[in-house]
Amino acid sequence: MTSHTQLYEIFIRSQRGLDHKHVGSLHADDAEQALQYARDVYTRRSEGVSIWAVKSSDIAASQESDCGSFYDPLDDKPYRHASHYDLPDEVKSL
Amino acid sequence: MDQAEEEKVFQERVDAEEKIEPKDWMPDKYRKTLIRQISQHAHSEVIGMQPEGNWLTRAPTLHRKAVLLAKVQDEGGHGLYLYSAAETMGVSREEMIDDLHEERAKYASIFNYPTLTWSDIGAIGWLVDSAAIVNQISLQRTSYGPYARAMVRICKEESFHQRQGYNIMMTLMRGSDEQKAMAQDSVDRFWWPVLMMFGPHDSDSVHSAQNMKWKIKRQSNDDLRQKFIDQTVEQANAIGITLPDPDLKWNEERGHYDFGEIDWEEFRRSMSGGGPCSRLRLAHHRQVHEEGEWVREAMRVYENKKRSNQEAA
Repeated sequence: MTSHTQLYEIFIRSQRGLDHKHVGSLHADDAEQALQYARDVYTRRSEGVSIWAVKSSDIAASQESDCGSFYDPLDDKPYRHASHYDLPDEVKSL
Repeated sequence: MDQAEEEKVFQERVDAEEKIEPKDWMPDKYRKTLIRQISQHAHSEVIGMQPEGNWLTRAPTLHRKAVLLAKVQDEGGHGLYLYSAAETMGVSREEMIDDLHEERAKYASIFNYPTLTWSDIGAIGWLVDSAAIVNQISLQRTSYGPYARAMVRICKEESFHQRQGYNIMMTLMRGSDEQKAMAQDSVDRFWWPVLMMFGPHDSDSVHSAQNMKWKIKRQSNDDLRQKFIDQTVEQANAIGITLPDPDLKWNEERGHYDFGEIDWEEFRRSMSGGGPCSRLRLAHHRQVHEEGEWVREAMRVYENKKRSNQEAA
């Protein structure tokens, strides 16, 4: 059996003010149908106030195997964290 | 729904502490105000890279250089978060940059001051970033969702900025007499311009009432300035820095520090392009933008080529 529909990734905003969060994917003919399906599949218990549907093929993703070259140099930069710097005892907050 | 009804729903949403999201109906003035505010905030982050970048090649140790580089890199990232938040309101990045170059958009006047000595880098990290954080913590609760979320991300990253600045000042204040004098001189020059960062007094602030009603602003200029002063005095005392204001005194009754009057004439001059480095900052931004044109051109050509190859295939 061949599939004529496309894969969409679904993102839901659970409430105003929060980012859309990836919840899963589904097949649909077009974006409008993807939204309708997402409503039925992912928001049956008022999980969200807004849905984003994005074609899976439009998502550019880094791979875990890229980790080395992507993230490795960050481990020796502890000075990017506030906790790296000592404060005098008298200073309670900074 | 007609306009009046839309506006009512909008205000009720704001009153209920619900965020406004990009596709919601919003008053034109709300959109305009936010585009102006967010883009000017973005310009400030990017222009702010110049005074600090000035010391990258002259940082006193390799470690200080790496730290400063990391900080300046963060500021560029913060500019990006903010430009993106503004773009959700339908303005393009090019329009915003154009507004900056044509001087229709402003940026924080503090970056129009020069960084003359290494300790200026300490003073900026400690005082300028602390003041920015006081303002930005308040803006985490602003009513426009994408702006509020950008503020959360930025505040998280800023905490190391003020600490590294304070660390520079603390180290200098534990050093030789010359080092102590250099640190004190930086604070003497930066203290008053930093207080101006919070904007005019509430009584002179034109947009305040409407912006508070729409919850674009959550705390007034004077309240935020007071908060910054109260928390900074202790930090200055701990390392032996004197804040250059003879009127700075604890007021038991108010539970706050009293302080002297700001030179608002200087503030207006600096905001309207008359600061010591105003022309330099803009000229440099324009120059770098023009010098980068060949990169944008190359990207356009490559995009077109890729598209015609795809069409041919």
